[in-house]
Amino acid sequence: MLAKKQGHVTVVEKLCKACGICIALCPAQVFVAAPDGRARVADQEKCTACRICEMHCPDFCVEVEEIDNE
Amino acid sequence: MNALYENYFRKNLPHIWCSGCGNGIVMSAFARAMEQLGYDKNKTTAVSGIGCSSRITGYLDLNTLHTAHGRALPFATGVKMSEPEMNVFIFMGDGDCAAIGGNHFIHACRRNMDMTAIVINNHIYGMTGGQFSPLTPFGKKATTAPYGSVDPAFDLCELAKGAGANFVARGNVYHAKQLTDLIVAGARHKGFSLIEVMATCPVSYGRHNKMPKPIELMNHIKENTVSLARAAKMTPEELEGKVVNGILHQVDGKEYCQEYQNLLDRIQGGGK
Ligand SMILES: Cc1ncc(C[n+]2csc(CCOP(=O)(O)OP(=O)(O)O)c2C)c(N)n1
Ligand code: SF4
Ligand code: SF4
Ligand code: SF4
Repeated sequence: MLAKKQGHVTVVEKLCKACGICIALCPAQVFVAAPDGRARVADQEKCTACRICEMHCPDFCVEVEEIDNE
Repeated sequence: MNALYENYFRKNLPHIWCSGCGNGIVMSAFARAMEQLGYDKNKTTAVSGIGCSSRITGYLDLNTLHTAHGRALPFATGVKMSEPEMNVFIFMGDGDCAAIGGNHFIHACRRNMDMTAIVINNHIYGMTGGQFSPLTPFGKKATTAPYGSVDPAFDLCELAKGAGANFVARGNVYHAKQLTDLIVAGARHKGFSLIEVMATCPVSYGRHNKMPKPIELMNHIKENTVSLARAAKMTPEELEGKVVNGILHQVDGKEYCQEYQNLLDRIQGGGK
């Protein structure tokens, strides 16, 4: 059976400007807002490596790596 | 993002743009396009005018020219004429392109030189505090139109088509993946290509139009966008207020540098 795609996502905190775009657009609700509004990874396991966050972060501070499940 | 960042950026982030500014999304989509195109960086030049969006050339690790307000196209024309093998991209804001640079824009379309213009349309003069531009939608507010603009806006894509551009497309920052595809298609097309990008300025536009949060502007774009295929099945009434995205026009006309070379060959070969 084909394994479901999984990703590992990191936020480079010092570059994050707390715009909330990744938090709102992630279809798997992987992020939450920290008290200062910056994105924080809350639920790593849910990440499907769709890269929507990476493509929409205006500040180049979300990185997604696809996890090899083989 | 890491590999993209390593390859196409000068690594001087953070950039100057406000939180949630669409310019960063366009820059990211462009870097992905560069990766797909596989162009040699030394054979690629990015030219910009003046404005928030025009700051893009300060972050890209290519040959770059950050020029004068509205004058990116004349500079780009000079680059392409002297180096016809160069891949030339031009980044402009809506004010930069359609207001002060409007005359250069229509003539660049007419001339049909092989280069790709990316116009970041955030509907406003961002850098100078949110004055309305020729692309501010009718009725939308700006610092110089506090009760809503009574100027009709240009349809930049129709303008480009009418002026002779050979490739005309419209994308947006919500559909970021499609935006990369449009930039790639525009770059591969021989002739003058325009990619108008519906973009977001939460600070100077969103704030005045009840969409201060970046995601509100993004969702507004999503709700107002229709693809070319869907638009074909809609009535004019249904299309009212919608923005059609996709490759809107594509023809193969005479390309300027090629025609100029043909002329040289003819004259230098003793012809008339
Ligand atoms: C000749 C000249 N006139 C006016 C200005 C002031 N000015 C700087 S940026 C700008 C408009 C920027 O708006 P736009 O091109 O839409 O780009 P944005 O900042 O929204 O990305 C203006 C009028 C200038 N720099 N040079
Ligand atoms: S890659 Fe997709 S699922 Fe994973 S965090 Fe980003 S948006 Fe969410
Ligand atoms: S999109 Fe980027 S800048 Fe915005 S909150 Fe997410 S990580 Fe931060
Ligand atoms: S003023 Fe608008 S266009 Fe300029 S950086 Fe801020 S959000 Fe971006």
